[in-house]
Amino acid sequence: MHEKHREQAQMVRRRDLLSLIGAMAGSGAMYHAMTSLGFAAESRYGGPIRLEGDPKGATVLILGAGLAGMTAAFELRKAGYSVRVLEFNARPGGRNWTLRGGDRFAELGGVTQACEFEEGLYINPGPWRIPYHHRALLDYCKRLNVALEPFIQLNHNAYLHSQRAFGGRPQRIRAVQADFRGSISELLAKVTRQGKLDEGVTKEDQEILLQALKSWGALDRDYRYNASLISSESRGYAKAPGGGLSAAPAPSDPVALSDILKSRLWRYLQNFANYNFQTTMFQPVGGMDMIGKAFAKELADVITYNAKVTGIAQDDGGVTVSFVDTTVPAKRWTATADWCVCTIPLSIMSQLPVQVSSAMKAAIDAVPYSGSVKVGLQFKRRFWEEDEAIYGGISYTDTPIRQIAYPNTGFNRSSRGVLLGAYLFDGANAYEFTAMTPAERVARAVEFGAAIHPQYKNEFECGVAVAWHRVPFTLGCSGDWSDAARVQHYHNLCQIDGRIVLAGEHASALPAWQEGAILSALDAIGRLHERVVRT
Amino acid sequence: MGTGSALSFALGLAASLAVLPAAAQDAPKPRSFSSGYSFVETSGEELFVNICQGCHMPDAMGATGAGTYPSLASNPNLEAGGYPTYLVLHGRRAMPPFGEMLSDDQIAAVVNYVRTHFGNNFSDAVTAGDVKDARR
Repeated sequence: MHEKHREQAQMVRRRDLLSLIGAMAGSGAMYHAMTSLGFAAESRYGGPIRLEGDPKGATVLILGAGLAGMTAAFELRKAGYSVRVLEFNARPGGRNWTLRGGDRFAELGGVTQACEFEEGLYINPGPWRIPYHHRALLDYCKRLNVALEPFIQLNHNAYLHSQRAFGGRPQRIRAVQADFRGSISELLAKVTRQGKLDEGVTKEDQEILLQALKSWGALDRDYRYNASLISSESRGYAKAPGGGLSAAPAPSDPVALSDILKSRLWRYLQNFANYNFQTTMFQPVGGMDMIGKAFAKELADVITYNAKVTGIAQDDGGVTVSFVDTTVPAKRWTATADWCVCTIPLSIMSQLPVQVSSAMKAAIDAVPYSGSVKVGLQFKRRFWEEDEAIYGGISYTDTPIRQIAYPNTGFNRSSRGVLLGAYLFDGANAYEFTAMTPAERVARAVEFGAAIHPQYKNEFECGVAVAWHRVPFTLGCSGDWSDAARVQHYHNLCQIDGRIVLAGEHASALPAWQEGAILSALDAIGRLHERVVRT
Repeated sequence: MGTGSALSFALGLAASLAVLPAAAQDAPKPRSFSSGYSFVETSGEELFVNICQGCHMPDAMGATGAGTYPSLASNPNLEAGGYPTYLVLHGRRAMPPFGEMLSDDQIAAVVNYVRTHFGNNFSDAVTAGDVKDARR
């Protein structure tokens, strides 16, 4: 509370200063000042990193060619360092990854899936959407010429579905949202007019509140939410406006508040309100891995693929990393450098012999990794568009698949399409799906999805399923910090330990987001560089 | 669900680790699904099949990629029942804690299942009371 008050006082002072700057120097200067004072900032990203000063030929070994590792390599090389990147996979990107027709993926346990999607169709098994406030990632997309298109988080015509409500029939998001809002507005208007808010709201504000509720809740002149052309403008019509003789629209019937409440469908509405999921969101054209590929194109000569790190040692003189070439595993290699930026997931790093302080080692050991499963399904036709007018976006369900996400590209074509047929994150179902074979995950996604889209039964062609605990290069989806572990260990995890510094989503306050990986890398190399130029 | 014809599943280099032949994978057996954050499965076998084998594999032999899931088969570390009980409750390193997703009975059941299968023969059963004590 004290902290918050101080923050508010500070903001007032800043605002005074800003109007002064605005008046004196015009709005361009004011915007610059706002940004540098952290007032208008949507992000902790301060623009391209400037590593000034001579690194005097220092060498840096970077472990992992995901977004954190490649950000570090890209920027350090630009600053004059000699860099080398070791990557476990035969491809760049790490969790920045796309599966397309023709790709093969071997999960832990030995099953290899062959993705048989039609050319141009894909799923992003890992990250798949970019919030507008992830300014670092957006800036790298711009600098690396990665084309973006909208990712549709909220489609009012997609569904909310509960097995136990409305006879298991999916409900349009548009209608649930309108009815929930309308009924609450009606209720609030009623108690306002009964004078029951007199203690909390002034008479003058009550008048404004009633106007607002009428507008926001689509209420009629008597402050009622009922079947009318007013409410239909929000929730949709029984008969939509047309042309000519039969043009007149007919209103639809709202669902009663009690039914909405008991259905629990309201709980999905936060997926559209949460800061991380607010419009505008983006996706790279052609697949998320366009970002990793664009980085790797810049770094082609410094990345060694198929390199499995087996140990990290350090002394006053530098860092020695031992690794094997996974294509010729019998032979052991070492690489040395003055410094090391390690982006290996903690799930793996906690198993490696690593020469770091006991405080950092305890931090490395303190973070379990989340379970998450995604299933991509190809269908003969885009029935969600043709039959149901769902163009992009996400339907939410209480069945174990949790979500069905529609492609945000290739709209309105008579062609095949690929849905994200399941997206489980944490919770019991994510483990249950991980424990299945890939074929069963696909079959179950089809079975549960058919309750929402009966067309599944006739139109399904093929699928792929990625369970992140079975992914060989991460053994999990992302670092699942508990609040207590973060308090105890996060600071120690992010220290420069001798000649080693860690980076990745696990070393950020944006777990599981690509922005976290990039911001952590920028923060780590900024501190590393400071130390190098100082010595 | 008839997915088999449209899916091609090839067994990779580590094919010998997979216990089920590819054909058998296409016919899902009846299975429990949890509806909330906690697991609904009750028997040790069902809990193992729906949770543990995700990482430790159906034969409990574990798996290795960039890192390793340890094998639970013929594992002397399971001799003292308190050790696996503690790990399931609180997790260790990358292994998530399951204490909030499983009851004392469920944890005792799955620990006892693993301690009496996959080449393990530790007959001194862990009780729900032991699990309760280990929660502290």
